[in-house]
Amino acid sequence: MQAEISLAVILIIILLADLILKAPHHKALQTLTCTLMVVQLILNLVPVNQELFGGMYNSTTMASVVKTILTAGTLLVFMQSGRWLSGEDTRHKAGEFYLLTLSTLLGMYFMVSAGSFILFYVGLELASIPMVCLIAFDKYRHHSAEAGAKFILSSMFSSALMLYGLSLVYGTCGTTYFADLPQALTGTPLQLMAMVFFFAGLGFKLSLVPFHMWTPDAYQGAPTPVSGYLSVISKGAAAFALMNILLKVFTPMTEEWGLMLSVTIVLTITIANVFAILQQDLKRFMAYSSISQAGYILLAVLAGSEQGMTALVYYIVVYIVANLAVFGVIGAVEQQTNGRVDREAYNGLYQTNPKLSFVMTLALFSLAGIPPFAGFFSKFFVFASAFHTGYWLVVFLALVNTIISLYYYLLIVKAMYITPNEHPVPAFRSSALMRTSLVVCLIGIVLLGICSGVYQWIDKF
Amino acid sequence: MNLLSLFVLIPLLMLLGLWIARNVNQVRGVMVAGSSLLLILAAYLTVSYIGLRQAGATEEMLFTDSISWYAPLHICYSVGVDGISVVMLLLSAIIVFTGTFASWKLKPLTKEYFLWFTLLSTGVFGFFISTDLFTMFMFYEVALIPMYLLIGVWGSGRKEYAAMKLTLMLMGGSAFLLIGILGIYYGAGGETMNILEIVQQKIPTEMQRIFFPMVFLGFGVLGALFPFHTWSPDGHASAPTAVSMLHAGVLMKLGGYGCFRIAMYLMPTGAAIWGDFFLVLTTISVVYGAFSAVVQTDLKYINAYSSVSHCGLVLFALLMMTRVSATGAILQMLSHGLMTALFFALIGMIYGRTHTRDIRQLSGLMKIMPFLAVGYVIAGLANLGLPGLSGFVAEMTVFVGSFQNPDLFHRTCTIIATTSIVITAVYILRVVGKILYGTCQNPEHLKLTDATWDERFAVICLIIAVAELGLAPYWVSHLISGSVEPIISQLIH
Repeated sequence: MQAEISLAVILIIILLADLILKAPHHKALQTLTCTLMVVQLILNLVPVNQELFGGMYNSTTMASVVKTILTAGTLLVFMQSGRWLSGEDTRHKAGEFYLLTLSTLLGMYFMVSAGSFILFYVGLELASIPMVCLIAFDKYRHHSAEAGAKFILSSMFSSALMLYGLSLVYGTCGTTYFADLPQALTGTPLQLMAMVFFFAGLGFKLSLVPFHMWTPDAYQGAPTPVSGYLSVISKGAAAFALMNILLKVFTPMTEEWGLMLSVTIVLTITIANVFAILQQDLKRFMAYSSISQAGYILLAVLAGSEQGMTALVYYIVVYIVANLAVFGVIGAVEQQTNGRVDREAYNGLYQTNPKLSFVMTLALFSLAGIPPFAGFFSKFFVFASAFHTGYWLVVFLALVNTIISLYYYLLIVKAMYITPNEHPVPAFRSSALMRTSLVVCLIGIVLLGICSGVYQWIDKF
Repeated sequence: MNLLSLFVLIPLLMLLGLWIARNVNQVRGVMVAGSSLLLILAAYLTVSYIGLRQAGATEEMLFTDSISWYAPLHICYSVGVDGISVVMLLLSAIIVFTGTFASWKLKPLTKEYFLWFTLLSTGVFGFFISTDLFTMFMFYEVALIPMYLLIGVWGSGRKEYAAMKLTLMLMGGSAFLLIGILGIYYGAGGETMNILEIVQQKIPTEMQRIFFPMVFLGFGVLGALFPFHTWSPDGHASAPTAVSMLHAGVLMKLGGYGCFRIAMYLMPTGAAIWGDFFLVLTTISVVYGAFSAVVQTDLKYINAYSSVSHCGLVLFALLMMTRVSATGAILQMLSHGLMTALFFALIGMIYGRTHTRDIRQLSGLMKIMPFLAVGYVIAGLANLGLPGLSGFVAEMTVFVGSFQNPDLFHRTCTIIATTSIVITAVYILRVVGKILYGTCQNPEHLKLTDATWDERFAVICLIIAVAELGLAPYWVSHLISGSVEPIISQLIH
């Protein structure tokens, strides 16, 4: 409970600081929030195993590790959002951004450490509702408001769907506690339906095909740091929660959810990849890319083993650094060029901003799974875990898809290095925090794979 | 520290050196120092390997070392070399060394070019020293991806198309490879990733039946196996000189080496089941590549199709599965690596002067640039298998070895493949006659100059290597055949 309490304290501190500090205080707030997040990280570095309230709250050591990872990712997002928050429209509500983001983070904390469907659902809602405000944060930009509306509609729909599924679980088993459910679940058709509803609900959060329709619009409309946050942090939390619950609760239906996941994975990866090729807008493009990445994450869920769990958490870590590096660069270029996020803006970027292009290239290589960058290792472990459980055909199809994904990631690399451009984005320097965050991501991309320490540390839990 | 790790460490240090280099001279300095060190190291390794064997070392691999990397999946950084890897390392070192000189004056973005070039060589060296499946695969992919930027940024012609095609096809191959590697790992019980330990386990026949073609195809794409060779002509034609050299000279050998060391060694039953099928494909590669080369008019395309034919011969000889043919396959890798590198270097130098590679627009170069022209003739003769040069030794061994298979099917394939020798003579002599002899038609070309010192140096090094292998092949073939033995005996039983 320590992590949740300290995060709540941070929330209150920021709320008070937002009230007390004299405007414009966005810079001070950013520094304060980042510092507090570092404190939060340090406080929760040692994973704990804790069960409270008669099993309602059950934080395993692995959940604790995941929380630490999510916190670190959120910190990176905060570091990248300074420039955007100092804009005319957003300056006065910088505090709200931090508060809302941290509320969703708190919701995710509860999601991953829930011991009962009740707490899980509360966490899920806490993670979704403030997110709507975040997506519609640039309320004077038409896209942003539209994205917010789309997100809230699909989010509520999926929540309702899930709640219906959970009610079926309660109706047939008489309990919502994860510890008691496996004995009570027998795999009756009604319970199967419950599981499917539950999965569909989380499928929306994870933006799996066929529940992915909202994703490109939301990512495109949302402010770039929020898109980044949405793509890694909330996806990571949902993936972990899904695996946790499928493994812990729906154990009697392993075969059924195995089949369901296999089909979903193949569809998700393939369709997302095909659509990603056509995108010109980089944020939409990253939306499709993140849909397909969710498919790869699900391979670890499909494995349904200890090995899969480690692979999943490791994948999330690697995915956070790589994706946030890409969104960081997109954000930096967007701020510099008055909101250009189309691929053509990146033509010839290497001539003027070699370092930025370099970060982007490595991040894209990592997302595409090219060694020696971390993405290669995370993909390999995910594949290995699913293969081990026997789903080699699914792994094979996912592997074939990596080639398609390589194609579209290379398109951006091509734009930056090869395509000639008379007027590339002029050379510029981003803020210190932004540069630090990109360096952190870069170090992560290069070292997370080559140094096996992180994987083996995760594997211990 | 293990001697072999230096092969990875030196390129990594070179990368670091290039990163901090401030001007072109420093970049060149780092490259020359690093690649000479690698060459010396490779020569030293060869000598000490032979020394150890003569002193009676009987282990399959020497200089072995293993450091646990990802313990939960039994992934180790394991290294070790046998005769085959030793000659491959020597070949790579020679090509990297001469490649540096062949791209001495390359512009623009010299520093970035050499960074990617060195990363590519890191992958190549790492691949040949590894004995761990995962590590090997990782180095394999490290060697592939720099090609995209090397061709895309510094290439010529339809470079963007060629770069994308090459990268996607090779990466497609590695997708097959990855699933195959997982198949091998879990098929052998999921206890070890080390090749030498996996070979002690028996992978179930059913798994071999599924995963052998995947691994073989995965490496076969890089070895220009028909019908997956189409990346090769476009890629080679568009790549800058040193990259063509390294790619045709060394990278395509990764394919043959992998087929032999991983696919056939670890899954002998699979090889027995699928051998004939792939043999047909490789026979087509050999003949089809040669015929295609006859009708090309671009120098690089001719050479690229010739590479398809010659690399096809490597896989062909491996699938013949006799001691002699397998030795011949490795010799062919070595010989083809050297002479193709020489060819591409010369073509690059000629193209750099005439700005055309179309043989219809070139003639009488012998009088204008005698040094390059003579080099070209030597490369051509080596390619068509003139005794005294490397090509003869390799092809002779391949065909003699292949003919040892007594049955009709193998005999027929051998005879069909042998015809490629004649076709090779046709396309080589046609080009030599057309572009080097006769009178020069283009007055612009009369003003051109002969090779500069750096170019001469690269060419002479390669010619020496080709001639050495042709005149004194015994020590090499002895080195190889000793190491082919355990793999072949695995295949025959």
